[in-house]
Amino acid sequence: MSDLSDLYQEVILDHGRSPRNFRIMTDPTASAEGLNPLCGDRYQVFVKMDGDRVADVSFQGSGCAISKASASLMSQVLKGKSDAEAEDLFQRFHKMVVEGDGSQAEGLGKLAVLKGVADFPTRVKCASLAWHALHAALRGETQPATTE
Amino acid sequence: MSFDVEAVRRQFPVLAQRPHGKRLAFLDSGATAQKPQAVIDAVTRFYDRDNSNVHRGVYDLAERATAAFEGARGKIARWIGAEPREVIFTRGTTEGVNLVAQSWGRAHVGPGDEILLTGMEHHSNIVPWQLLAAEKGARLVVVPVDDRGEVHLADFERLIGPRTRIVAVTQVSNALGTVNPVKEIARLAHARGVPVLVDGAQAVPHVRVDVRDLDADFYVFSGHKMFGPTGIGVLYGKAKLLEAMPPWQGGGDMILSVSFSGTKFNTIPHKFEAGTPDAAGAVGLGAAVDWLEGLDRAGIEAHERDLLAYATERLQEIPGLRIIGTAPHKAAVISFVMEGVHPHDVGTILDHEGVAVRAGHHCAQPLMDRFGVPATVRASMALYNTREDVDQLVQGLKRVREMFP
Repeated sequence: MSDLSDLYQEVILDHGRSPRNFRIMTDPTASAEGLNPLCGDRYQVFVKMDGDRVADVSFQGSGCAISKASASLMSQVLKGKSDAEAEDLFQRFHKMVVEGDGSQAEGLGKLAVLKGVADFPTRVKCASLAWHALHAALRGETQPATTE
Repeated sequence: MSFDVEAVRRQFPVLAQRPHGKRLAFLDSGATAQKPQAVIDAVTRFYDRDNSNVHRGVYDLAERATAAFEGARGKIARWIGAEPREVIFTRGTTEGVNLVAQSWGRAHVGPGDEILLTGMEHHSNIVPWQLLAAEKGARLVVVPVDDRGEVHLADFERLIGPRTRIVAVTQVSNALGTVNPVKEIARLAHARGVPVLVDGAQAVPHVRVDVRDLDADFYVFSGHKMFGPTGIGVLYGKAKLLEAMPPWQGGGDMILSVSFSGTKFNTIPHKFEAGTPDAAGAVGLGAAVDWLEGLDRAGIEAHERDLLAYATERLQEIPGLRIIGTAPHKAAVISFVMEGVHPHDVGTILDHEGVAVRAGHHCAQPLMDRFGVPATVRASMALYNTREDVDQLVQGLKRVREMFP
């Protein structure tokens, strides 16, 4: 049985309460909206690229502790990564959270705290929302990203 | 006759389960109600014994299926005070509103016309009108909702104007529980020659509905929220309106004769029931009506009033909890937010305590915007809920506060 404490770990509660990089970026090179139409969670994710490096990531919006913590952790982890590394993290994170492949946790650093989300099917979309928005921003998509 | 909630609970097999090892406190009947054994049995019996296509065969089985289907229509008609031909089977409330918007609306709404709604409508009573308005160059006018979650007759009086073609209003707000004075609203509208559609989806499980007394021109509801099956609902319309309306969907059963040069349409209600209907669903809904008729109506209403008052009082124990929607006249629905915790997190934690609530925008985003919240937690109660369910909710919310101090 899934245990609540696997989901609401201290790190997640902390990032949910005090999200990092939770601000509007005035000069992003790309940004995209992430929208979960089922529950109304909504974030704008901003990215500033320096060549093929992620110079800065920030986000703004509203949603639950899981979606906010996931976006916050994502913003921290991605800074300084190359385009290809960001894509790799996105794929690994997706495998861990959406497909429940716990072995991915190892290479994900602090993102590994979100592993427990895989046991809460109704909350998987919360954890992946900001990532989908980021992905859309990096690909220059103009439609809001959804987790549907 | 008196209302015995424990005896009622025993008729709902689903309530006996233990999610996460806890007693189930099902507080999401506003989304869909659970089904009593009598309804489940009626659907099963239809497929076991009476199934064949309705209105088509000449054999005994076909006759029984048709009789069961039309019998259900008759029961529902009596239950809401209508004639059977005024009861059109739909997939649910949403389809009912769409049918009226597309059939009546396209014939009566033109450029510059107005459709009057309230700020507490469910998306299903907004979007079909928006589609119509966009097609016709008409516009939506919205009656404001006050801080307690009420609408005021004076605003209807002010906003029903010469261009108003229809008033579409919910009887009970799904998100707040507010009970609207639809009878008085209909009177105001009729005094100006404007017809009224009432969304009764949240009303029928809680209050006795008499469409003649309300004088609603259209009244729409879903079977699944009143202990019937999913996929079946009802559009009631005054016969003279329905008769004058063009068909909506074309197909079998809605015709008298078809040739390539033209088609003669069937009489109401069949004109609006193209294709094979959900006969088993209709039979199940008829069984739900029978089941409700067998209960003490006044007893149910007193029981639900007690639950609402008890829950409203007990929720005050939770620090930082704010109830959204505090109208004096409410159905047993409580929407609330908790400072520092998002409704989804509340929902997940409550789930682990065996408490099922809805967390989200309740398909009423304009209303959420009105109250400045992205979402709420909603505990919606029905006749099978008890004070124990409320206690379990309060216990769960205390747990939420421990995790999100």
